[in-house]
Amino acid sequence: MAATDLVYRHRLFTRVWHWVNAVAVICMVMSGLMISNAHPRLYWGEFGANFDRPWLDLTHWLPPDGRFPGWITIPSGYSLAVARHWHLFFAWVFAFGLLAYIIVGLINRHIQRDVALTRAEVAPRYLWHDIKEHARLRFGDGRAYNPLQKIAYGGTLFVLFPLVLFTGLALSPGFDAVSHISALFGGRSSARSLHFIAMSGIAAFIAVHLALVVLAGPWNEIRSMITGWYRTHDTHGEPA
Amino acid sequence: MTLLNRRSLIAATPALLAGCDKLSSSPKFLDLLQSGERANYGLQRLLQDRTALAREYAPNQRSPIFRANGTRMPQGDDYARHVATDFADWTIVVDGLVQRPVQIPLGQLRQMPSRSQITRHDCVEGWSAIAKWTGVPLKFLLDRAGILPQANYIVFWCADMMGNGTQYYESIDRVDAAHPQTILAYAINDQPIPVQNGAPVRMRIERQLGYKQAKYVQRIEAVASLKGIRGGKGGYWEDGAGYEWYAGL
Repeated sequence: MAATDLVYRHRLFTRVWHWVNAVAVICMVMSGLMISNAHPRLYWGEFGANFDRPWLDLTHWLPPDGRFPGWITIPSGYSLAVARHWHLFFAWVFAFGLLAYIIVGLINRHIQRDVALTRAEVAPRYLWHDIKEHARLRFGDGRAYNPLQKIAYGGTLFVLFPLVLFTGLALSPGFDAVSHISALFGGRSSARSLHFIAMSGIAAFIAVHLALVVLAGPWNEIRSMITGWYRTHDTHGEPA
Repeated sequence: MTLLNRRSLIAATPALLAGCDKLSSSPKFLDLLQSGERANYGLQRLLQDRTALAREYAPNQRSPIFRANGTRMPQGDDYARHVATDFADWTIVVDGLVQRPVQIPLGQLRQMPSRSQITRHDCVEGWSAIAKWTGVPLKFLLDRAGILPQANYIVFWCADMMGNGTQYYESIDRVDAAHPQTILAYAINDQPIPVQNGAPVRMRIERQLGYKQAKYVQRIEAVASLKGIRGGKGGYWEDGAGYEWYAGL
């Protein structure tokens, strides 16, 4: 028998933020896809409209009209106005939730201790070892995040989330007038493209995250994110 | 366990989506969602210097073609007659809560102090186009009519009839009405505005989205409240389709 042990893995704040943020992000991705349906073309530069050349024309990928199907959008039937209500409401939940997570995580050192890669972990040999372990579906003993996990969490938290947030703000003509933030991204149409790309990265993270939760043992994983308690297992014991 | 999980997830998905749609049609829930937008309006008014300018561009940054959207040719004999006479007797009325209502012939408008700006038009749908606009600051027109302190909103009445038989209209608050880039434009890229873009005059309210930029403007009315006007939400798309009145994002 492998040794098992219950460890307290997630604090209350982390758990609450995780679920609130999960709802906000999923609602924003789904309502965002509906917003994309209103003009399913993406451009680089300051401007971009029907007579300009898009780098991504979704009408080629989602014929005939470039619209995402109803099962993946909020609302399911075409409504730009209602999608914007959802999107701009959950934007507050997402933005201030992220801000709170980062502030609390820095103060209680969750980010420095659990998310930041250690010097040893960034060594190519160590990372290669972790990649091979993942390929064998061995994810460590669950006491600490493994390096690939840290890269996925850190990349989402500190690259994709801020990128999607600030490119979103750049799309607002009111905020742009205050900050001229659209210039930072090479123009409003570029900001819209980057917003879509960041969203795609977040959607990919969610897909991989859910797949790994299932592979690593869904009930133990989900319980630890609800109660905080995680049952560790000695992966270096006998082969399964 | 994995299979069960996946199955229950697949089974739960349509229920969740139906739930979202049900929520979307509940007035109470929509009202909750729209609290986010009211907060956006409040926050933007808090952050914005009242005269913070939208970005302006160089001539070579303009869109090769400035696309048209919404009404491209207003219906009716009246407008057709104006097109035939090159808008020679088009007048703009400024009335409502003002000391002295005024009628401004188009020719006179073109002689007034003007502002030119190369700005970006952001449609709510997601596309953007850049053009040079020339027109008279709205503040100049309102001051000339002697706008009263109790006028909280400015309503723009337009010549284009929409699908449901009502004319297009839009409205803004006094902050945007006094903004230097808020102009009643009569030229695009140094040419008279073509019919499809709002001939002969349209609004430019550069810190808000495209549907606020009312085209074919005939009358500018100062009002205390938007409540009594049409659906009470301050605009054609606001009343009819639930778009936000404050379109700063």
